[in-house]
Parts: sequence; C-alpha cells; structure tokens
Amino acid sequence: MQIFHTDLLCIGAGLAGERVAVEAAMAGFGVTCLSIVPPRRSHSSAAQGGMQAALGNAVMGKGDSPDVHFADTVKGSDWGCDQEVARIFADTAPIVMREMAHWGVPWNRVVAGTHTYYKGGKPFEAEEAADKHGLIHARAFGGTAKWRTCYTADGTGRAVLNTLDTKCLQYGVSIHDRTQAEALIHDGTRCMGAIVRCLKTGQLMAYLARATLIATGGYGRIYRATTNAVICDGGGQIIALDTGLVPMGNMEAVQFHPTGTVPTDILVTEGCRGDGGTLLDVNGYRFMPDYEPDKAELASRDVVSRRMIEHMRKGFGVPSPYGEHLWLDIRHLGERHITTKLREVYDICTNFLGVDPIHQLIPVRPTHHYSMGGVRVDKSGAAYGLSGLFSAGESACWDMHGFNRLGGNSLAETVVAGSYIGKQVVQFLQGTEVDFSSAAIRNAHSKVAERIARIESNGRSGENCFTLRNAMQDVMMEHVGIFRNEADLTAGVEKLQTLLERSANIGLQAPSRGFTPEMSMALRLPGMLKLALCTAYGALMRTESRGAHTREDYPERNDRDWLNRTLAYWAEGETLPTLKYEDASPYFEIPPGDRGYGGGKIIPADLPPEKLTVPGRPAPHTATPEKQ
Amino acid sequence: MSRRLHLEIFRYNPLDPDSVPRMQSFYVNEYDSMTLFIALNLIREEQDPGVQFDFCCRAGICGSCGMVINGRPGLACHTQTRDLPDHIVLHPLPVFKLIGDLSVDTGTWFRNVGKRIEAWVHTDDTAFNPADEESRMENALAEQIFELDRCVECGCCIAACGTARMREDFMGAATINRVARFYIDPRDKRSDDDYYDVIGNDEGVFGCMGLLGCEDVCPKKIPLQDQLGIMRRMLALNSVKGILPKGILDRLRHKGCCHEKH
Repeated sequence: MQIFHTDLLCIGAGLAGERVAVEAAMAGFGVTCLSIVPPRRSHSSAAQGGMQAALGNAVMGKGDSPDVHFADTVKGSDWGCDQEVARIFADTAPIVMREMAHWGVPWNRVVAGTHTYYKGGKPFEAEEAADKHGLIHARAFGGTAKWRTCYTADGTGRAVLNTLDTKCLQYGVSIHDRTQAEALIHDGTRCMGAIVRCLKTGQLMAYLARATLIATGGYGRIYRATTNAVICDGGGQIIALDTGLVPMGNMEAVQFHPTGTVPTDILVTEGCRGDGGTLLDVNGYRFMPDYEPDKAELASRDVVSRRMIEHMRKGFGVPSPYGEHLWLDIRHLGERHITTKLREVYDICTNFLGVDPIHQLIPVRPTHHYSMGGVRVDKSGAAYGLSGLFSAGESACWDMHGFNRLGGNSLAETVVAGSYIGKQVVQFLQGTEVDFSSAAIRNAHSKVAERIARIESNGRSGENCFTLRNAMQDVMMEHVGIFRNEADLTAGVEKLQTLLERSANIGLQAPSRGFTPEMSMALRLPGMLKLALCTAYGALMRTESRGAHTREDYPERNDRDWLNRTLAYWAEGETLPTLKYEDASPYFEIPPGDRGYGGGKIIPADLPPEKLTVPGRPAPHTATPEKQ
Repeated sequence: MSRRLHLEIFRYNPLDPDSVPRMQSFYVNEYDSMTLFIALNLIREEQDPGVQFDFCCRAGICGSCGMVINGRPGLACHTQTRDLPDHIVLHPLPVFKLIGDLSVDTGTWFRNVGKRIEAWVHTDDTAFNPADEESRMENALAEQIFELDRCVECGCCIAACGTARMREDFMGAATINRVARFYIDPRDKRSDDDYYDVIGNDEGVFGCMGLLGCEDVCPKKIPLQDQLGIMRRMLALNSVKGILPKGILDRLRHKGCCHEKH
C-alpha cells in the first residue's frame, strides 16, 4: 500500500478546504488536499449569490456593522446557534472579504451616483456615495437588516474558488484529485490521517498527517430533490461518524431552498428575490405579502419555503407532470439586468428548462438545499472526540447557523471559518508531534479492504446499491421533509433501519477490474443511511419547531426544553444513533426572542443571569435585535 | 410521442488488459426536458452500473461532464436530448488522458498548465493589512475580469483545438484566457516581458492556427479568440518596443481591451 506523509491533510478541496490549506501552506507547512473531483469542480463553484460581510460600503448597507450582522445571524438561527462562534464569524468576515480582494477576487464594486434598485418587486432610486466609489459593493439577501452580501455577478463561488485555487498553486499545496477518503486512521484518542481510495485505479492508499481536516461539504444526496452536486454524499461526515467517537451536531436541521427549479432541482439564486423577483401562484397572484407583510419574499428561507408549501396545500399550486410548483417572476427586472447580474439564472433557465426568464415565468418549488448539521466542532474547528481532527464549512457544525442559516452566510462561512480555523490548525501544528501507529494504519486499512472484498464476493446476488439509494432518498423526501410529525418520522426511521440492514449485503451488478463507479456508491451507501438515520431520529426526538425544523404536532419553539444542540454518536453495529444534548450556546449575547418573521409561539426559557453575560464584558449586554 | 433513443457509448477500461476499445449501444425512452445527464444516469442505474462518466454540479457550472457528443465537444449536463437526433454517439474528450469510457483526467492537465503560467495574481501578500479598507477598483474592470474568470476548465476548447491534437505542449485557449485574466488585473504586478516568457512562443499564442474551434464549442461563450488576439498584439508590441516611437506604441496598446472585437 502506498503511503503519503504530510503535515495537514485536507479532505475536500472546495472553498473551506482550500482556505484552510492556504493558511497552513503560507505558514510553511506541507499540505495535501484530497478531492473527489478537480478542486475547481467542487460544489462551491456552483454558489451564485454571495458572501455576507458587514462592510457597509453600499448605500443600502449604510450603518451596517458586525453587531448588526451578528444579530441577523442569531435571529436567523432561531437562537439555535453558538453565539460565541457567530460573533467570531461576524467580526472576521469583513477582513476576510478584503483579503480575498487582495488575492484577486473580482468583487463587484460601488459605482458612485444614482442607481435604480428593486425592493419587493418595485424599483427605487438610491445614490451611492462618492467616497465609497470602487469599494466592495453588496446586494440584498433574505433575513438581513442591511444589504450586506458581497458578490461577483452571480458567480461568486466560481470567482472565489478560482482565486483560492490559484493561492494553493502558488504556495505549493499538493492536490490529489479523484480520491475519496474511506476511513480515518486513529488510535481512539488521536487522528492520524485517512485510508483513501483512488478513483482512477480503485487502489487503497494511506495518508498520514499530523492534522486532518474534513471539509467535504454537505450530504444533500440523502434526499431525492436536492440542489447539491452529485458528489455531496456526506463522505466526510461518514468517516467521522464511523469512528464512534466523533458526534454529528444538529443533524435534524435541514434547510430547503424556496427556488429549486422544476424538474431538474437546480437552484436559482436568492439574488433573484434580493434583486426584486416575486413569487406567484397558479393565478399569477403574488401571495407572499399576505403571509409576511413586512419581508414578503425576503423573509428567511425556512419561512418562505414553508409559506410556499402552505399556499400549495391550499390549492394554489401549478400542476405539472413533475408535481405541483409555483412561479418565480423576474421579468420586470429587464433584459439587461437578467443577462448581466443574473446571467447564470438566465443560462440555467434557457439551457435546462427551455424557459426564457426575460419573458416567461420560472417554475420553482422548495428543494433540499443545505445541511446545518455536520461534524461537531468547537469554536477552534476541532472535532469532538478525536484530537488532530478538524472540520470547516458545510461539513462541520461549527455552529453559527443553528437551525436555519441565512443566504450568503454559508458561502461566507467557508472562507471565514477557513481563515479562522486555518489559524487554529497552524497553532496546533506548531505545537504537536505524532507517532504514527502501524497498528492504527493496519486496522483502518483492513476495515476498508474487508468491506471491499465482501461487496466483491456478494457479486450479482447482493443488493443493488442504486435501488437502496433511491429507496433512502424517497423515504427522506416523504418522511423527513419540510413539515414533520411523529407518525411520519417514526415510519421513516423504521424504513431507514431496514434499508441499513439490507445495505450490509450490497453486491456489484457490473464487476470490473480497477476502478468501478458502482463500488464507490456501494461503499458510500451504508454511511449515507446512517446520516439519514441521524437526521430522521434527531427530528423525531426534537419535539418543537425551530428554524428549518418544523413539527406540525409541536408548532411552538420550546426554549424551556430544547434550547440545545443534538449530538448524534454511532456505536458500531447499532441501527440507531445515540443522542446526547448540549447547550446551544455557552452564553447568550442576545437573549432568546422573536425573530420578527415567521410567526409561531415561543415557550420561554428561564436562563440564569450568568448565561446572559458575555465573558470579558463588564455588564450584561443589552443589545436586543431591532424590530424589522 | 416520445422517442426511443439509441445511445452509442465508447467503452474502454485501460486498467483491464482484456478490455478492447469498442462502441456499445444502449436504448432509453426519452422524457420531456431530458438531458444527457439524465439519460446516462438511467443507463448506469438500470442497465450497466460499470459505465464511467463524470458529473458533479449537473448545472453547467463545474465543467466535469465535457465529452464529445455526436462529434462535437460539449457539456453533457446541459445538452438536451430533444436537440439531438435519436442516435447519439458519445466519445471521451481527446487530448486528455483517458481514465475509462467517457471519463478523462482534466484535473492533472489543467494543474500542469497552471503551474507553467504561474496562474495566480502576482502581488505582495505580506502587504495585506487587515485594518485597511480594500484597494479600490472600477466596477467595469471587475466585471471584465470576471468575464474571463467564468471559465470552468471543462476542456472542450482544448479538445476542439487542432494544435492541441498535434502537440502535447500546446497550452490551449483556456490557458491563454487565464493569462489574459491576470494581464488585465492591476493587482498582478507582472510586466509584459514576464508574460512574454510565459506565452510568447508556439506552446502559447504563436502555436494557434486560428481554426476558431475553441470559441465555437465554449459552453460558457467566453470570447476566447479575442483573448488570443489581444495577447498576441501585446506580445507583438512588446517585441517592437525598442523600434517604434513610444507615442505610437501607447496609442496601439490602449486600443483594445478584453471585449473589443478585432
């Protein structure tokens, strides 16, 4: 078996992975990034909208500050986030965006003078200040008090990923693409790297590292209708969960995006609504102001998604061969705006739907979009349970998103967390030495090798991995969707357990020498089922509604009993995770309150005064969120 | 009335000594809004799970699924079957190393040319001060840079290039486009001479035969041929800078930016 040594092993080379890699490489450490695809093909490249950072340059962002950004983020999370982390995030974001500008990101810039912008579908004029000319501009996103989302047309992910990838090249980060980590190498207390399968040859290799980072993005492919790329199968979360030592945080917190297209589930950016797009029903009626008079289409994503489903349930959906949907209308923004500022949207509509958004309505429905849950890490990005293991980006539950993240905050998280956690990783590397245990390497290797041998020997008589995967995805859509209740979730958990048992007998329908794509799926599926079970079982146990987690049978947000974070552990051989709980936040800089949108009753918590004190600050901080 | 599509797919596993390159036929029923992404996945899930091909974002943004579709390089994810005849022939992209069937190794290829052209903004990273506001830039220039940064490195332009088919060291349109991106970026401190060292040869701009295939097949409609022209003119002017008067050179140099047609 081929063995590679490095200081830092980054599993995943999207925005978060590459940002951490650059930080460590700039500090002089050897870094190797693993990636299923070439780094520039990472799902980060598909992000259109932008990154939130309180720069306050744009006229509509006037008066913005990290404090306002922090308050928006906490409210968006429905008070489920770790406020210490949200504070780090909001304070660091402006610096990181400026740094990205220094490195080469072509952010859109402020142009002094009068401009026509849109709010709620209506045009208005605003004057950009002369002294801000040439600084980074920002656009509106849902759930934010100010226009704060830095952007590069509608290709922000592409532009930032390209720039980060160039920095990796410059600082000599080794990229091993077409590789997939199949197991972590550890001795029960310390992580030492990973056993990795080459996706060109099928060979297993060992990567030994003093620090290991999981930055593999989300695991949206446990759902049938998802905006996630086909590689977002939870590989990183699975290898962490499989250790039995590292918990997943808040797996039941799953975000659906209001505007996935029908039938292809490709996302059209929230920038459409930020720039003034509206949602229409079967009668061409704009219904969102009826539900959310203040924010309308720009309420947070969980709220808009639920209102859409609610409206369709009342019989106002548009029937189609692919099921019911609603319309997104951006026609009034005009050809110039649509073909420049929203060009990717224009391309998606014409290329994939055969719809011309300048003259036609876009068919949309809420679609699985983002996983707030993931590898539970502390504020420095270090995973619970194993030293030397870190996680950043969507794969992690760092946890600044709580139970619902705001648009523009995930893309920002990748580079902000990447920068911050990158510095913590550097510190860790500076103070640590590792003795690599040959027993640990052999154990991890033989586990994977045995699984491969078993799948090969099952052959055609084994279960078909695609059949099982499709069944899992359907269970998740049907039982663990936007609206949840005890009966559906109970049935869902049972079905997933049955599928997990069947997945032990997966075989290959088309064996071939060397690399086989079917083997990749076969190896991945039992882990995906475990992630699905963590999600479904966590949702069943959480008897309240918070952020994106909506229980029809428990409609109130219950701070008295549920102001906490779910930790899901997986003991080997079990068919259910073991759930534990920890406080949502070490302290509440902003005490739990009303989000100002979405409605719903709150059962209040009785928090002791020390929980309302920010360490290092003299008196209890009284900043309450502005009423919007 | 939906059609029955006949997909003929190139099959070869270089890791299997018994594998012989061949074409294999598959048949699928066409649905509304069917793309090659949908058709190929149906084949893998229902007929032959061993077929190798690449998709990632399946939304035309990542560039994974470049392949030769009825003789023309393109992205399979945003190729709708209704735009093709009912007989669809699929080959892997040429030039790049074959991994198996329709899958090729674009990652290694692009990484190597990236190293050759030092594809990063040459700026002083230590000069970044977290307390300062960002350096200013004209929005129009930022948009121009992004216009070139939109390249997804799918490899279609390389696969459609006559020179790239003949010589392994030709850097191709995507690479020259990347150089052009850094050239117009004021943050990149490289001089014209530095750029000359990188692409002023027949591995770079002077190797192009002007067949224009690159721009024809670019799924992102990047003005590749313009970039080649602009880079060539920059290099040409640079090579006569000791001969022509400075006034004339300046006039010529300022004529033309990334969108100007030639």
